[in-house]
Amino acid sequence: MDTYSFLRELADSWVLLAMFAFFIGAGVWAFWPGLRQSREDASMIPFRNETPRTVSTDPSGTRRPAPDLKKGPTDD
Amino acid sequence: MDYVKLIILGLITLMSAIASSWAHDLAYQVHAALIMIISGGMFLWVLRHTDEPKPLADTSRYADGVIRAGVIATAFWGIAGFLVGTFIAFQLAFPELNFDWGQPFTNFGRLRPLHTSAVIFAFGGNALIATSFYVVQRTSAARLWGGNAHWFVFWGYQLFIVLAATGYLLGATQSKEYAEPEWYVDIWLTIVWVTYLVVFMGTIMVRKERHIYVANWFYLAFIVTVAMLHLVNNLSIPVSIWGSKSVQVFSGVQDAMTQWWYGHNAVGFFLTAGFLGMMYYFVPKQAGRPVYSYKLSIIHFWALIFLYIWAGPHHLHYTALPDWAATLGMVFSIVLWMPSWGGMINGLMTLQGAWDKLRTDPILRMFVLSLGFYGMSTFEGPMMSIRAVNSLSHYTDWTIGHVHSGALGWNGMITFACLYFLTPKLWGRKQMYSMAAINWHFWLATIGIVLYAASMWVTGIMEGLMWREVDDQGFLVNSFADTVSAKFPMYVVRGLGGVMFLSGALIMCWNMWKTIRGAEPAHAALPAATPAE
Repeated sequence: MDTYSFLRELADSWVLLAMFAFFIGAGVWAFWPGLRQSREDASMIPFRNETPRTVSTDPSGTRRPAPDLKKGPTDD
Repeated sequence: MDYVKLIILGLITLMSAIASSWAHDLAYQVHAALIMIISGGMFLWVLRHTDEPKPLADTSRYADGVIRAGVIATAFWGIAGFLVGTFIAFQLAFPELNFDWGQPFTNFGRLRPLHTSAVIFAFGGNALIATSFYVVQRTSAARLWGGNAHWFVFWGYQLFIVLAATGYLLGATQSKEYAEPEWYVDIWLTIVWVTYLVVFMGTIMVRKERHIYVANWFYLAFIVTVAMLHLVNNLSIPVSIWGSKSVQVFSGVQDAMTQWWYGHNAVGFFLTAGFLGMMYYFVPKQAGRPVYSYKLSIIHFWALIFLYIWAGPHHLHYTALPDWAATLGMVFSIVLWMPSWGGMINGLMTLQGAWDKLRTDPILRMFVLSLGFYGMSTFEGPMMSIRAVNSLSHYTDWTIGHVHSGALGWNGMITFACLYFLTPKLWGRKQMYSMAAINWHFWLATIGIVLYAASMWVTGIMEGLMWREVDDQGFLVNSFADTVSAKFPMYVVRGLGGVMFLSGALIMCWNMWKTIRGAEPAHAALPAATPAE
């Protein structure tokens, strides 16, 4: 079989199936009930990490006070 | 390390000196001389500072210097691109503006790619690089990875812009729309872009947040896909290493398909995915509320990625491209409508409970307007990709109107809003110097876009109908020149729309200048670096 026909057949069958399966999987994963908490936590990321006082390295999303930062002499 | 740098810079200077002397054409010669001057200057600078102690960057802060530079570069290239765009709009209305004394450098054919590249790659690209560096640091709680590599990305990208822009004026082009730069400029962009990818990926790798925020997914998709598109569409063989001319590897309909696979995904991943990254960070920030549905944003991302890549063939209806391929592109374009509107709804509904802020906050109003234009042009696009509609709209000014409602309305407005968000933050001001000026900018830009889009709808549909009009004997009624003269009033209106859009942007630059002047760069400290548990 020449390359074109082989690739065409592969694209129309297994690759199509694999891509659909991946997409459906991503959809299911997005709406997985057990992950609701972590979705809400993720949506709050833009409101963290701006002031040195708050960090959220904890997967549960709780905030802990950070130690004082030393002020360096140079800019970035 | 300095010695390695000196050797490399010395070799580049030498090679470009040889290249500028043996050059086969003007563009190549000017570029070689430019590179010789830049690398020679850097050589001298490194030489003068060899073995001096290097100031260490403060790694307890976010790397914001490059973002400050990016914000200024975005505003600068925006003005340049809008100015050239307005000028060529008037060239179309008044051909005398193709001045005799400026030939061939300032004719429409050479200024047009200068305009498109300046607004898409210089204005849009700088906005994307600057905001992506800002967002990835804030949402990863980490400083940009890779030492000073981000500065190489910034200056390397500016050099790419200068080489591309001067190349067009001097006549170096490989004649591929939105991919005009010749082979050596393409190679340089590849080096810069891979560095950009490494810096961005590295920052995500060292993140302190467990989850990669959705904006970063969009930015990453934009960087990776543009790299892939750029490499495939620019496969070409230089005629000579001492000249700018190159020959494409693909030919005929394969070349056309590759070009529009590139061209449409430049829209899909450069002007859409990247800018959606901006939306998912800056709209929630400005509204003070988290995104409406994080789940929807995940669906939005994967659906957009899976669909956009197939939509390119709709640019090639009624060509040598097989019908099945054109139909496939058309169907995917129509399906794409859903994720696009899902994303728009997600952005707009983020304002739920904060709609009142629209009355007082002109920046938020800009974000909302940009989302409105995003929704409008992602409805118009799928409709125009339908073969029957395309038979009327293709090759007419309707296409130009569609592109500009997306580019000015969606990309332009969201970039302006981001600049208004970032400028006070980066220079330690509470807010922009003048809120009234933002309002002026908002209305000038909005009315400008409306004039532009409306006049192009009228002239595009009129033109399409005139081209297909036949008399009772089956002969065409209108010659091409008839349509050109009929379009004159709409061309003038379009030019005026451009003038309004440009004046709005000039007001923004004045406002930024007043905000920045006298201000000290703000130092944003990282949250303490405690490792994730």
